[in-house]
Amino acid sequence: MGQTMTEKILAKGAGVDEVTPGDIVEVNLDLVMTNDVTAPLSIREFQKTGLEKVFDPSKVVFVPDHFVPAKDIRSAENAKIMREFAHEQGTLYFELGRAGIEHVVLPENGLTLPGDIIIGADSHTCTYGAFNCFSTGMGSTDIAAAMATGTTWIRVPPTLKLVYTGTLPEDIGGKDLILHTIGQIGVDGGLNMVLEFTGPVIDQLPQDDRIAMCNMAIEAGADTGIFPFDDITKTWLDEVTDRPYEAVASDPDAHYERVVEIDVTNLKPVVALPHLPSNVHFADSIEDMTINQVVIGSCTNGRLSDLRAAAEVLRGREVHPNVRLIVIPGSQKVHRDASKEGLDDIFMEAGAIFSTSTCGPCLGGYMGVIADGERCVSTTNRNFRGRMGHRSAEIILSGPKVAAASAVLGRVADPSQLN
Amino acid sequence: MQYQGKTWKFGDDIDTDVIIPARYLLTSDGEELAQYVMEDLDPSFPSKVQAGDIIVAGKNFGCGSSREHAPIAIQGAGVSCVIAKSYARIFYRNAINIGLPIIECPEAVDDLEEGDELEVDTTEGVVVNTRTGKSYDATQHSPYVQQIIQAGGLMAAVGERVKAQAGESAG
Ligand code: SF4
Repeated sequence: MGQTMTEKILAKGAGVDEVTPGDIVEVNLDLVMTNDVTAPLSIREFQKTGLEKVFDPSKVVFVPDHFVPAKDIRSAENAKIMREFAHEQGTLYFELGRAGIEHVVLPENGLTLPGDIIIGADSHTCTYGAFNCFSTGMGSTDIAAAMATGTTWIRVPPTLKLVYTGTLPEDIGGKDLILHTIGQIGVDGGLNMVLEFTGPVIDQLPQDDRIAMCNMAIEAGADTGIFPFDDITKTWLDEVTDRPYEAVASDPDAHYERVVEIDVTNLKPVVALPHLPSNVHFADSIEDMTINQVVIGSCTNGRLSDLRAAAEVLRGREVHPNVRLIVIPGSQKVHRDASKEGLDDIFMEAGAIFSTSTCGPCLGGYMGVIADGERCVSTTNRNFRGRMGHRSAEIILSGPKVAAASAVLGRVADPSQLN
Repeated sequence: MQYQGKTWKFGDDIDTDVIIPARYLLTSDGEELAQYVMEDLDPSFPSKVQAGDIIVAGKNFGCGSSREHAPIAIQGAGVSCVIAKSYARIFYRNAINIGLPIIECPEAVDDLEEGDELEVDTTEGVVVNTRTGKSYDATQHSPYVQQIIQAGGLMAAVGERVKAQAGESAG
């Protein structure tokens, strides 16, 4: 019986020939990650074991990103616990000014390689599946145990294969594809499964769009997502690392729990209306939905290509007088590259603010929390009630072009509606 | 383990952002987090919920972020156990790891009215609605998960293993 790429990676990590969905396996880990929200609890739990050292400091990484630069004393204390532990243990650590949002920073530093098994105390750890590895989010205690032992247990997930066919219309990015997919299968459509993204459309899709898609696998309830390895992935990785890796491919006779084909030919840019990522509609079908704020950034759409897409829409235009546009690069590197290209000027001339890299408003942390009754279009990944601020505020998810067009028109809008 | 308590009923896809919003994530103290548990769905919930009460919910409970603060907040509020039709994977692991009893029992959820008293036996996997007298079988945890529960949570299990390994290398 053939194996999916996920099954092959997990079998190798467990040191067995093959695994079957439903098996519980203990696997060796290539990378264990936490951030400033989840690390303090992980560190406290780790210390309870009485162990002095983490299993391998070169495979443990801490990224401060959620509430940093520290928004108040408590967030400063949390970041400090993490910083001191990282230094004392000699683990990987990405300080402010050399970092950014974890899921942007780790790939940029060549830490997410094909065939790897990665766990992180952040649900969007699934993002790295875009690099043909098995990568999934867990809680702080699971991470504490992993820091101690270098292993974790995983229930081998069945795979839902998504096959994207047809011709990809212009203006449709990875974010539109994944929102459309979640709209189709639902927020539990992939519950406890792996989403394997395949098909002729995927074969042509740029790496950044794949990353945005894989980032939101969790929003379909999936353990993670995974992409086949190809030249597009290889070229991207060649730029950031020369570490060796072993890519995996699914066997032609691999078993899938379910196969869903999605023809993209008639797709248009989409939005997810409140309060679930599955509440998906074409952006041009939304009439008169005025907005107060737009956020462009996050681990979903905070990469250089996303900022370029937004800048293309904003160039020579002005942000609507009733709208605050906040643009946040996903990392320091993205920030620098964007500035070198002059994207910062385009944003600021349009009347946006261009901030340092942080998660900030994505989780209602700071730098753009929204008030009672306000409405925000955001390129982030969750529009749950209360996610970005007040419980009665509304969040509308979109890709960077729809977000930029909405900022200009002061309402939820499709880029084609700009003149 | 056996629990008995009054129920609070929630719907499908209850996400961790409403269980405990990110604005409170600067602490991981259960009692402090409990003051805000579920407040974005029902602002009066933190003051209504009593020690021993049971949270009942639909499918995909705990979807969204990996924040362990979510089960910690529920535990901190004194909730004795959670019964749902299904759980998001990360929430499920987190609850087991910190020792918050959770079980899956879709039929019991469907039949129940908020405020009903339940008797729950998590070891046997049985739920009894005392109002109707009806009894339901819950889904069994896998043997692996049962081991973690028996050890008293994940870190207790890891602690035992670390000690055993230290013993081996010393001997
Ligand atoms: S940008 Fe948002 S979704 Fe991504 S890691 Fe930060 S808080 Fe989480």
